[in-house]
Amino acid sequence: MLVIPCPFCGPRDEREFVYGGPTSARRPHDPTALSDSQWVEFLTVPDNPLGPVRERWWHARGCGDWVEILRDTRTHEILRDRDG
Amino acid sequence: MLLVLTTGRKNGDDRGIGVTTRRTMRKSIRQRYSLATLALGAVGGHKRWRPAWQSRPLSNRYDIVIVGAGGHGLATAYYLAKNHGCRNVAVVERGWLGGGNVARNTLTIRSNYLRDESIPFYVRSVSLYERLSRELNFNLMHSRRGMIDVIQTWPRLREIRRRQLAMDLHGSAYKQIGVKELRRRIPALTGGGPDSRLPILAGMVHTDAAVNRHDAVAWGYARAANGLGVEIHENTEVTALITNESGAVCGVRTHRGPIAAKKVGLAVSGHTTTLTGPAGLRLPLRSFNLAAFVSEPMKPVVDVVVNCPDLGVYLSQSDKGELVIGGAPDPGQSFRRDVKQTVFEDAVCAMLELFPTFQRVKLLRQWGGHLDIAHDASPILSATPLTGLFVSAGWWGGYKAIPAGGLAFAHLLATGTPHPLMEAFTLDRFRHLDFILESGTTVVV
Ligand SMILES: Cc1cc2nc3c(=O)[nH]c(=O)nc-3n(C[C@H](O)[C@H](O)[C@H](O)COP(=O)(O)OP(=O)(O)OC[C@H]3O[C@@H](n4cnc5c(N)ncnc54)[C@H](O)[C@@H]3O)c2cc1C
Ligand SMILES: [Zn+2]
Repeated sequence: MLVIPCPFCGPRDEREFVYGGPTSARRPHDPTALSDSQWVEFLTVPDNPLGPVRERWWHARGCGDWVEILRDTRTHEILRDRDG
Repeated sequence: MLLVLTTGRKNGDDRGIGVTTRRTMRKSIRQRYSLATLALGAVGGHKRWRPAWQSRPLSNRYDIVIVGAGGHGLATAYYLAKNHGCRNVAVVERGWLGGGNVARNTLTIRSNYLRDESIPFYVRSVSLYERLSRELNFNLMHSRRGMIDVIQTWPRLREIRRRQLAMDLHGSAYKQIGVKELRRRIPALTGGGPDSRLPILAGMVHTDAAVNRHDAVAWGYARAANGLGVEIHENTEVTALITNESGAVCGVRTHRGPIAAKKVGLAVSGHTTTLTGPAGLRLPLRSFNLAAFVSEPMKPVVDVVVNCPDLGVYLSQSDKGELVIGGAPDPGQSFRRDVKQTVFEDAVCAMLELFPTFQRVKLLRQWGGHLDIAHDASPILSATPLTGLFVSAGWWGGYKAIPAGGLAFAHLLATGTPHPLMEAFTLDRFRHLDFILESGTTVVV
């Protein structure tokens, strides 16, 4: 079980959250400036690292906020966020 | 003991094997399993059995190197040798033969998919499985016992009826039954009554579904491929792909040294991106953990595969009497091979909602595996932008797909063109956003 640190509610059981997928690829500001293959890559290709992945969880059964964490895919350990 | 062996037939009707290959197979495997050889073995105190396959020293050059001795890698090697005469083939495996997901899955073999591209492929795979014991001369203990979906919500019933209509076009059987008939067929299913949280609305019977023995699938293909000259090298981890000046893949680096190859086929289930990433190839795949657990052996209680898609649990009973139970995948990306407590508890609670009498059943073992799943939840069987590199990946529920997946991957590796059954499943579909959406129909693996 993960204990996900919610900035608002503190550490909470993962069952209160809904998984929101990896956040590695940010939506491009101007999609029309991309080539077709860059756009397709943004739409379909996620990071799949053997190690830390940045991902979002929705605290649906809590405060309702979105939480971003850095989690190791080999151990499930939640690492300290690079930004905070 | 008898169960592990098939009765050999001199002039069997295994249409899958051509005359010439039959002859070579018999010559090279030398040791055929049959009632007669079993009896002979018994006379000799079972001391005369030879190893089912031999390992030769690792060479530094092959025509084709297949990475991963799971179901898909081994089946591919077998069909390469049998259908295409490619025998200078090595399967390299970082662990032991059949120690990956092929030995970790819950054996559900079915073809109830949604898309016109998918259904014929799975129908073919299911039917190849039905004749495989005879073809490989290895008893897979194949049991076509059927699967029943327990439907507890209206949207699910509509979704499954839609699948039924698609399946009707391709000769895969799906039939709705009422609650009374459902309870008659699965007497242990006493939950889900009118007053429960999710009352059962209907059942859906998929008569083509089967289970068999996973180790036997890996060992059977390995023995048959090896008998045709394919080499299998365990404890040989591929650490990187080797590319030449023009960027083409021309071999693999292993911790036992480099191996040159004209073509490299990846069948590493879950680890595809681990190998392609460093070579600069990004693929639309994510790896997730799926887990299962088994109970102590008990007397026969369920004789079909029971799938409960609205609750996220499915189960069947093995020939040994163990209940084999699987739940939903762990939500986040994962390369772990155990089961997470929350996932395990959710699956148990779901099962007890419908089978309250299983409350006192003791559980014996639990485990997990990591699999990759593509953006549209369909497999990827494809050449890649790296010349010489081919991938067989995205096998989320890929145990059922082993025979046809191996057949098609062998075709692709040998001829360079996709097998007709898998034409739609190349990487090109992503370039055109031409997805084969199977998310939802892969809930049960
Ligand atoms: C719990 C669970 C239940 C499942 N239930 C079902 C089911 O009921 N029905 C169904 O159809 N499917 C099911 N599946 C899915 C099915 O098991 C897989 O889709 C299928 O086994 C994958 O193909 P494979 O057999 O080739 O994989 P594997 O057996 O995993 O083979 C891949 C091999 O590659 C090797 N490898 C990886 N990296 C390297 C490297 N760098 N160098 C050398 N070797 C490497 C691995 O060690 C492994 O042996 C289930 C999976 C799990 C985990
Ligand atoms: Zn919160």
